Amino acid sequence: MKNFKFISLFLVLVISVTGCKEESSVADAVKKDLVKKQIVGEEISQLSYAPNVPPPITRDHPTKVIVNLETKEVTQRLADGVDYTFWTFGGRVPGKFIRVRQNDLVEFNLSNHPDSKMPHNIDLHAVTGPGGGATSSLTAPGHTSKFSFTAAIPGLFVYHCATAPVGMHIANGMYGLILVEPEGGLPKVDKEYYIMQSEFYTKGAYGDAGHQSFSMKKALAENPDYVVFNGSVGALTGDNAITAEKGETVRLFVGNGGPNLVSSFHVIGEIFDKAFTEGGLIANHNVQTTMVPAGGSTMVEFGVDVPGTFILVDHSIFRAFNKGALGMMSVSGTEDLAMYSGKQSDALYQPEGMMVAKAAVVEAVATNPAERVHLGEKIYQNNCTGCHQSDGQGLEGAFPPLAKSDYLQNKLNSIAAVKNGLSGTVKVNNHNYNGAMPNLGLSDESIANVLTYIYDSWGNSKLVVTPAEVSNVEPGGSSEIAGH
Amino acid sequence: MKIYAAIAAASLTFSASSLQAIPEGMVKIDGGVFTPFFDKDKDGNNQVLNMDAFYLDKAPVTNLDYVKFVAENFKWSKSKVKGIFAEPSYLKHWSGDFSFSNNLAHKPVKNVSWFAATAFCENQNKQLPTMMQWEYVAAADETSKMATGTDTYRRKILDWYGQPSNGEVSDVMQGEKNVWGIYDLHGLHWEWNLDYNTALVTGESREDSKLNKNLFCGSGSLGAKDKLDYGAFMRFGYRSSLKGNYTVGNLGFRCAKKISLQ
Repeated sequence: MKNFKFISLFLVLVISVTGCKEESSVADAVKKDLVKKQIVGEEISQLSYAPNVPPPITRDHPTKVIVNLETKEVTQRLADGVDYTFWTFGGRVPGKFIRVRQNDLVEFNLSNHPDSKMPHNIDLHAVTGPGGGATSSLTAPGHTSKFSFTAAIPGLFVYHCATAPVGMHIANGMYGLILVEPEGGLPKVDKEYYIMQSEFYTKGAYGDAGHQSFSMKKALAENPDYVVFNGSVGALTGDNAITAEKGETVRLFVGNGGPNLVSSFHVIGEIFDKAFTEGGLIANHNVQTTMVPAGGSTMVEFGVDVPGTFILVDHSIFRAFNKGALGMMSVSGTEDLAMYSGKQSDALYQPEGMMVAKAAVVEAVATNPAERVHLGEKIYQNNCTGCHQSDGQGLEGAFPPLAKSDYLQNKLNSIAAVKNGLSGTVKVNNHNYNGAMPNLGLSDESIANVLTYIYDSWGNSKLVVTPAEVSNVEPGGSSEIAGH
Repeated sequence: MKIYAAIAAASLTFSASSLQAIPEGMVKIDGGVFTPFFDKDKDGNNQVLNMDAFYLDKAPVTNLDYVKFVAENFKWSKSKVKGIFAEPSYLKHWSGDFSFSNNLAHKPVKNVSWFAATAFCENQNKQLPTMMQWEYVAAADETSKMATGTDTYRRKILDWYGQPSNGEVSDVMQGEKNVWGIYDLHGLHWEWNLDYNTALVTGESREDSKLNKNLFCGSGSLGAKDKLDYGAFMRFGYRSSLKGNYTVGNLGFRCAKKISLQ
């Protein structure tokens, strides 16, 4: 339709600008256009399972393409140890990839396997007409429906089953992609792959072993247990990874069967040179993550310059690492260290103010009790207030008080607690505390100062602690104070 | 048209019979009020059906039942059946006109067309249950006559519908019977109904809410009473994919009988 509109506009423009002289050349253009759309010959479409894509179309004219697709209900692996009864186009999820050329006349034969429990049909988003084919293709088990359409508009389109209940037919795996190549084809690339995301709603949780059935409740809540590429967890990882060689260009035909979620499609460590957003004709450039709507698609192209494993994810990231939406692309070739160096060194990192750096700082040394209290206050503020609070009251039930604490009556215990840390139950002012106190790694001088500050504060006993006393307490693991 | 003819024919047959006792192998289904799955009439009003009492076969018709019928009605044998009444796959699980492997005797007959099923029932002075009769009884579980809203009922049906129909099903009357005393409405196979194609669900289930046809106005989802009753959606979808001469590997039938008034 678009073409006709364009041509008639062209016609009007040409006539109004140049007059009748040009009429014959306009007629030629129209004729040429009709010739371009003339169906020549007939062929049976070669379909492919994901992640493979049928070869590019080299024809320079439309033809009659016969597509034979079978709906089949099969029990297959969804994840290791987990089976699911998938409803499929062609025996696997996603359905077989269909590749035709713009203006091809597609004769579609949809066969429903005799063992199917359900009738099925097909809605191809590439079809303009009621139901996208669904009105003409409802097929009982053991039957074949035939309908035809002209693939008038180029693009990458989702197809899916639309039999009631539609959501369940899609949720069980009934979707795939049909590519309508524009006249002249797509630019040549080295590798093409077919990737389709979708989610599964199972009675059991993710990973629950055995045969899992469809959970309508979770589907309604749009809360899937599995979000996967190409129909199962691991369909694109390890030995199943897609491959490319360094220097090649890769095109991914990415679809999203849904039924509910929108994908944030991303390849870790790659930038899409081109992303044909929503499967249309406009390429966005230099894209990191592209949205793929449920019942929609995108076509991405990129060159691979660095060897290694590249991870394909739905960057709605918990789906990738917890629900299965993770694939791999393995790129072989020699490394290009300028493009990506790999790890060049591993050195110690010491941010300012951290404990390790402190050792280099010259410590202030107190010469009298007043200086100890003064220096000890700073140490207390830096190390102790988080638990014991700035007023020494502690936190009820969690951290014991230091203000008027009976624990402080024993100076040696106090020194040991700060020097070595504490663990186990501590009884302070008739309350038990179970939280551990870490060994703070303070110097003897600092311990003497902070304890002197504590004894000087909050109505405590004004004792003075010296570094020599601290030094005399045995260092060791955290003190187990029992029966205090 | 054929449906009305069949109903008329069936009515004539029944007016001649007089029945007091419950026929052998059947159960009396009491009348009652029933809200069908597609509960809007053509004007968009809620419809509630007053169901008359009727008799229904306890179990689906088995291969053994069916071969007896074929023996007396040779025109319904594999070799003699007319193409307009049944597809070539008619009784394809039988090895000959009267033969099938022994283990199939008490399994439900399948690969039979609507015409064949109708002829079988008429031969016994019965008829196929109407869709509403079938749905009325199928709404029951073991303890309740109207269980369609419960999670366990839905779960059980979804689990069965989720399994493909490969492999043989078990013999009839092996599972639980529902509160009416009827077996195997769910869990073995699908069943023909007298008026299977009158719920006007089109091939395109999403546009059906626009349909305004007489009889039962089917609608893909907007007209449904309970959008969670996926079992019912699937049954209506399944029925609408059929034609009268279709023979399908998971589709059998049972018969119903009117209760005649003296």
